[in-house]
This record gives sequence, structure tokens and C-alpha cells, in this order.
Amino acid sequence: MLSIKNLHASIEGQEILKGINLEVKPGEVHAIMGPNGSGKSTLASVLAGRDIFEVTDGEVTFQGENLLEKEPDERAKDGLFLSFQYPVEIPGVSMVNFMRAAVNEVRKHRGEPELKSSDFLKVLRDKKALVEIDSRLTNRSVNEGFSGGEKKKNEIFQMAMLEPKLSILDETDSGLDIDALRIVANGVNKLKTPENSTIVITHYQRLLDYIVPDVVHILYNGKIVKSGGKELALDLEKHGYDWIKKEMEA
Amino acid sequence: MPDWAQLKIPEIDFQDIIYYSAPKQKPQLDSMDDVDPELVETFNKLGIPLEEQKMLAGVAVDAVMDSTSVKTTFKENLAEKGIIFCSISEAVQEHPDLVKKYLGTVVPPEDNFFGALNSAVFSDGSFVYIPKGVRCPMELSTYFRINAANTGQFERTLIIADDDSYVSYLEGCTAPMRDENQLHAAIVEIIALENAEVKYSTVQNWYPGNSEGIGGIYNFVTKRGLAKGRNSKISWTQVETGSAITWKYPSCVLMGDNSVGEFYSVAVTNNHQQADTGSKMIHLGKNTKSTIVSKGISAGKSQNSYSGLVKVIKRAENARNFSQCDSLLLGDKCGAHTFPYLTINNDSAQVEHEATTSKIGEDQIFYCNQRGISTEDAIGMIVNGYAKEVINKLPMEFAVEAQKLLQISLEGSVG
Ligand SMILES: Nc1ncnc2c1ncn2[C@@H]1O[C@H](COP(=O)(O)OP(=O)(O)OP(=O)(O)O)[C@@H](O)[C@H]1O
Ligand SMILES: [Mg+2]
Repeated sequence: MLSIKNLHASIEGQEILKGINLEVKPGEVHAIMGPNGSGKSTLASVLAGRDIFEVTDGEVTFQGENLLEKEPDERAKDGLFLSFQYPVEIPGVSMVNFMRAAVNEVRKHRGEPELKSSDFLKVLRDKKALVEIDSRLTNRSVNEGFSGGEKKKNEIFQMAMLEPKLSILDETDSGLDIDALRIVANGVNKLKTPENSTIVITHYQRLLDYIVPDVVHILYNGKIVKSGGKELALDLEKHGYDWIKKEMEA
Repeated sequence: MPDWAQLKIPEIDFQDIIYYSAPKQKPQLDSMDDVDPELVETFNKLGIPLEEQKMLAGVAVDAVMDSTSVKTTFKENLAEKGIIFCSISEAVQEHPDLVKKYLGTVVPPEDNFFGALNSAVFSDGSFVYIPKGVRCPMELSTYFRINAANTGQFERTLIIADDDSYVSYLEGCTAPMRDENQLHAAIVEIIALENAEVKYSTVQNWYPGNSEGIGGIYNFVTKRGLAKGRNSKISWTQVETGSAITWKYPSCVLMGDNSVGEFYSVAVTNNHQQADTGSKMIHLGKNTKSTIVSKGISAGKSQNSYSGLVKVIKRAENARNFSQCDSLLLGDKCGAHTFPYLTINNDSAQVEHEATTSKIGEDQIFYCNQRGISTEDAIGMIVNGYAKEVINKLPMEFAVEAQKLLQISLEGSVG
């Protein structure tokens, strides 16, 4: 699905990613944890193609193709989805129109015809139910004035609409109340198939109680310094990052 | 030359202008294959039907869709209702009473520099008269789609809506208009009598010059409506995307009691374009009401200004105005400016002004990209969301094209 080799990236001449290696197979769930500022969101952005970051070395293949040479919208249409840590507000563009454009772009790319309006609205309704999102939100402008939690739910709603191959969820759990966390996690699990993969970026074990990872990675100072099973997340919860830092310095 | 607008106008040699030339017959082309492919691409992006593309590009059209026959049936329909719709030169010959009575009453020759120029040399234009109690059964636009190709350099338009009548008039065309005359100075005068309503919409897409700022039309227009009768209403809606320099302030003189004036505008500037546009609402009668909604969009190295005036005279009791002037910026080399002037001489007036400035951010574009939407489409969506309130005021058939036009005008302006 996704293969990252020795990925280096920088912003304004400052190196943030310092040689990332990661293999994600179809159907797998990977969790990435790590202290603030370690480069988790940067990794997500670089994979999604945000051009404020410069890739200085390394390669990434996504479904067998060179990911790094593609434009961000191409990557999205190929099935890469990023749930933003900070979803962006777009005043004047209604959620419904935004989603209609996005869904139809993806369908066009797959060689499928555009959805009829009535069919689209039906899918919209079904997916809204899946993440239990307030019906009125889709009539409002994209993320405009949404609460923190509503924005996060809205990201998963969009993921449900677009049915991506690889989803990168960047701290989707932060800002969600306890019920919302469960609903969102269940939503993610319902969308899970043996073919699609998920990368969950989080600081907290509790999300991983719901979305159980196959592998947990620790990203520290631009590198993956440790990978392990789901117990690794529990260790972190108990001991924090100090022991990793010590290990690194040793 | 007026010098108060926020424009840098290169010196114009007024002696060097040919003030009258009969419209040149464009060379007839045999098929669409002979038309500049860039133009064809734009036509297609705008969704202009093939037959109309041919007419606009000067390709011979088949007998079925012959423009003269369309025009004739159109005119017959109007004549049945007593509506007069003809060129102003024809009106001078055929309807001298109406022309004498109204021409120059809203915009007198001494009004302003460019107005004087037009009044001295105008060659042709349009004339509309809607008789008492008649609702014009169609948008006066179809005609213009067909004739748009020959708009003159010093155009003069006079629209008279008699008591209890209604008309919606559309000037211009979304298709890109090229013209060898660099200076355009038009005048539009509207008179609305008791209970009459006139809706005047403009889509302006004259050649804006190239990306370096070379060439392009200078568009200096005086547009003014006189809401003369009680309960009369005049609405201006404009989508301005073309011209190197735009200088225009469609205005309403609200003379009749309870009369209403409206101005809805989207002005796009890209590359080196400059626009200074806005509206004047002059409240003379009692209980008069005006609305100004101006949406500026600047990209590239362009400058986009709103200049406007709301004036309430002493005896205009209970005047109301609402003005909203928004600016949207793409990139950081362009400018947006707002100059709202208020002159209020009656304490009962209620005047509200709102202004916002926003920017299409790289983060918004990236967010759209991440959902599979291309940068161009993302800009189109955001811009159309922003301009929706104005676009919705256009006649239906033009709203869709105008939306696409906004997007095309901004192509290549981000990233
Ligand atoms: N646009 C930017 N300009 C300058 N520096 C940036 C920018 N984006 C990220 N950085 C820097 O890159 C480093 C990594 O940031 P990143 O957002 O990837 O961290 P993170 O691991 O996601 O942290 P958190 O857990 O707080 O979300 C930080 O030092 C941050 O300041
Ligand atoms: Mg982060």
C-alpha cells in the first residue's frame, strides 16, 4: 500500500523529517505517536503533498506508484485521505457542494459517472448517520464556525464519503468528547475493509482501545525510533517519552 | 480628467482618437476550425452554445439560426406590447419626442469629463421604451448575445420605463471581447416612472491586456438611473472581469417617494488590471431605500477599489441605506481599497455600512486539493461562494456563465 524509504523533508531550510522508513500493507492499522513537534503532522502533510514542505531525499510509493511526483489532488483521487489536525474553514462554500465536487472528482478519476443528485443526497444521508453528525452542519459553509469536535467529526464524515484506500488521521481524537470519540472510532472501524489501511496519529492510548493498531511507531525528532505491537502505546501512557529520550541519548 | 479615483491612468491623446467609424465588417470565417483555438477553448469553458460561438467569432451561420430572423421574431413579440427596442440612431429618427424629452436628463453633457466626451461624439447605442402597465415578457438579453460583437466605442443607452412597467435588460456578454479601440466611454441613462422597475445587468469581459499589463481596454462609463416616480425601483447588477482600467459608478437618483435603488457588483482584477468602481445613491424623496453590495476580488498585481457615495438631502425623510463592501485577495501583490463617502443631512436617515477583507489562503487551497479538487476548481468554488449574493441577481441563463467567467478570469493566479 504505502512504502516510505529514507524520507527527508524541510521547511524554510530547516530539516523536520530526518530519514523516515515505514511500510504499510493493505488492511493494516498503524499508530504513530511521539512528542509535540516531533514531525507527525509534517509527515502527514508531506504524504498529502503540501508544497510548503520540501522533500530533500527519499522515496515514497503508494499503490506501486511514485507518490512524490503527483499533485496533491491527484494523490487524493488515488485514494489518499488526510484527516487534518486543524481542519480549515472555507467561508461561502457549503459542505454539500464541497462534497459533491470532491466525490465527483474521485468518481471521474475512477472512470465512474457522476452521481445523480438524488443518489448523492442518499449517500450523504447514509454517511451522516454513520458518524452521527448533526444534519444541519452539511448545509453550512465548510468548517465555518464548527466547534472543535464538530470539525473532527466532519473530517471522518468526509472520509466516509470518499472511501479512501489509505487514511491518515492526524489527532482526530483530540477535541472530541467521550461519546464523540466512541462514535468516530466506530465510524472508522465500520469503514475498515481488508483492502484499505489506516495511519492513526495520536497522543493517547484511549483511541487505540477502539481502533486497535497492528503496529505502533514512535516518531522522535524526525525519525521513527521504535516500533512495536499495541503494548507499546500502553508503555508510553505509563512512562511518557523520557525513557525513549534516555535510550536515544545512550 | 477626473483624478479622484484610485487609478493610474496613462496619458490619453484625445486628438489621436477616431471619433466615428462605421463598425468594421469582420472577415467571415468558414468554420470554427479557422477561429483562434484559445478563444474556442474559452467559449467551451464558458459553456456557450456552438451556434452562438459562431456568431461571436464571426463564422458564417446556417440559415436556420440566422441572427436576423431571430431578431425579427423577437422584435415582433415586443412590438405587440408596444415596447420600443431599437438603436438610438433609429430612435432619434422614429421617436424624436421621447428622445428629446429624456436624453441627457439623467446624465447632462456637462456631468463629467468622459460623459461630456460621449455626449459630444456618441455614435450609436440602444433605446428602450416600455409603455405604461407593460411587463416586458423577456429579458432584453438574447438580442445582445447576438449583437454583442459590434458594440461601439462611445455607446449611448437610454431606457425609459413608463408608469407601472417592468424591464430586465442585460448588456454585454461573458465571451471575451476584443476591440481595436482602446478607449471606451459609454453612457447609460435610465428613467423609471411611477411604480416602474428596471433591472440592468452587465457582464463586462473586454480585453484586460496581457499578463505584463500591455494593452487592454480603458473603460470609462457613466451609468445613472433616475427613479423619478413614486415607488419606482432601479437595480444595477454588474460582473466586471475585463478591461485594463475600469472606471464606473452605476448610480441611482432616488427622486420619487418610496423609490428604491440597488447596486450589486462583483469586480475581478488580475495581473495588472485596475478597477475603481462603486455606486452613488442620492436620496431625494421620502422613504427612499438603497442597497449597495460590492464584492471586489483582486489577484496578481492588480488594484481594486470601491468608491461610493450615499447622500441624503435635507427633505428626504426616513431614508435608508445598507452598504456592504467586501474584498477578497489572492496572493500578496494585489491591493484592495474601500472609499465609502456619506453625506447625511437628515437625522431620520438610517445608514449602515459593513466591510470585510479576506484572503484565499494556501491552507484553504490545500484542503480542497486534499479532497481531490484541483486548485483552479477550488478557487472557482471559493470565489463563487463569495460572489453568490451578486451572481444570484443575474438573469438565470447568465448566472452559470458568469460563475465560470469568474473562475477563468482568475486562472493561474495562485500557485
Ligand atoms: N509551517 C511551518 N513553518 C515553520 N515550522 C514548521 C511549520 N510546520 C511545522 N513546523 C515545525 O516542524 C516541527 C514539527 O511540527 P509538526 O507539526 O510536524 O509536529 P507534530 O509532531 O505534529 O506535533 P504535535 O503533536 O504538537 O501536533 C515543529 O518544530 C514545527 O514548529
Ligand atoms: Mg501534529
